Amino acid sequence: MIIYADNAATTPMSEAAIRAMTPYLRECCGNPSSLYALGQAAREALDSARERIARCINAEPRSIIFTSGGSESDNQAILSAAANGKAKGKTHVITTSIEHHAVLHTAKKLQKQGFDVTYLPVGENGIVDINELEKAIRPDTCLVSVMTANNEIGTIQPVAQIGELCKERGVCFHTDAVQAVGHLPVDVAAQKIDMLSASAHKFHGPKGVGFLYAARGVKLVPLIEGGAQERNLRAGTENVAGIAAMAAALEESVANMHKNAKKLTRLRDKLIRGLSLIPHSALNGDAEKRLPSNVNFCFEGIEGESLLLLLDDKGISASSGSACTSGSLDPSHVLLAIGRPHAVAHGSLRLSLGEDANDEEVEYIISAVSEVVAYLRGFSPVWRDLNSGKGKFIL
Amino acid sequence: MALYSEKVMDHFRNPRNVGVIEDADGVGEVGNAKCGDIMKMYLKIEDGIITDAKFETFGCGSAIASSSMATELIKGRPVSEALQLTNKAVAEALDGLPAHKIHCSVLAEEAIKNALDDYYARHPDIAREE
Repeated sequence: MIIYADNAATTPMSEAAIRAMTPYLRECCGNPSSLYALGQAAREALDSARERIARCINAEPRSIIFTSGGSESDNQAILSAAANGKAKGKTHVITTSIEHHAVLHTAKKLQKQGFDVTYLPVGENGIVDINELEKAIRPDTCLVSVMTANNEIGTIQPVAQIGELCKERGVCFHTDAVQAVGHLPVDVAAQKIDMLSASAHKFHGPKGVGFLYAARGVKLVPLIEGGAQERNLRAGTENVAGIAAMAAALEESVANMHKNAKKLTRLRDKLIRGLSLIPHSALNGDAEKRLPSNVNFCFEGIEGESLLLLLDDKGISASSGSACTSGSLDPSHVLLAIGRPHAVAHGSLRLSLGEDANDEEVEYIISAVSEVVAYLRGFSPVWRDLNSGKGKFIL
Repeated sequence: MALYSEKVMDHFRNPRNVGVIEDADGVGEVGNAKCGDIMKMYLKIEDGIITDAKFETFGCGSAIASSSMATELIKGRPVSEALQLTNKAVAEALDGLPAHKIHCSVLAEEAIKNALDDYYARHPDIAREE
């Protein structure tokens, strides 16, 4: 059985997205900045995509700018809010300890430029405490950046409450909604979001394209200098085919969102129940306030990379927060932030289901993971020590 | 190119000499769970020859493969030769390791040396051959 269970990393393109893309690869190859008909047809594709994408998140079309994806959008949002703040003498930024590196590394960059950054902790369930956020806001705070849903443990943050609070306090609110757009209802007006980042390949669009929403009145600073594309906010010939595909993918995802979420939530909970039967294992993140597709577990006594490789041999593609899979020495900062000790965080597994998942696949995953975890524990000195009483079980 | 060579994958999928030697003459343990790698080596030594070697490893694919290969390289060999085993030899026998995984072969070398240290500590009458 072949099961792709890493949809939080990327998703396959939908038929609708591929269909929407292909005309702009060859027949309608014009540059949207050109005057002739072929160029103007490409321009129309951009305009149409902008309108349709805006509708999906209840925004005005002019508030959407196309980018290369989530990381670029995060960088531009944060650096813009910082520049706007600095112009008013406000150099304090608030974010969380579980953000994507596109946010965290940009925040670190700001610190080097003299900004003061508060990294809010999260509870054991991986959710930001709104009261902690309220206490962290200062008169010189220029930005609050909190992700809508976490990419590793799938936890959903109280975005509407944060938006409300930021509006009251006059602070710009950015949310990295890369994991949420197309999967959870997003309404920038109702949730009082000033800036939002999204990436097409997380909702069955192509890789290398995304968008940044910036509410009217939020001044953006371009990261790329050049032509006048995207109202001078993002130079470079637009990725017309990618943008057309992104719009088609998003419309389809939003149209099927309710149905997919219902189906995936049931399968997710079945997977969680099945994996919970593995001794000394634990679900990471909140059991309910989480993405319908996301399951993340820690298994004591084993290391994540070897688990992934053996699951791959069984046809299952998944990911882990172990250090070995990240190329760094430390395991996932998200798992550490929710209080998992290093040794336990190394033994993590993230499964993110696709909309085509079914019961049979979930049952296969449960049995494959149970088998591989037991096998690896069979020759793990850590597991031996835990069982002999030399070490202490944490989970 | 795949992350690992065929040989690494072979030793990872079918690790040789997995397990425990209850009456081992030398036991070595290196690494720590915080960093995500622990190797434990058990050696049986008779008349200066390593007659059996077994390992237990908590770690990534290359850590398991390095442990497996290291035990293969020293099994049946004199202690004096095992003391000369380098991480480079382990990595080469595996047809190379990715740069950020070289430390796995280092751990394998250290685990064996650690087990041999234990062997000498238990047998103060035996002169160390280096």
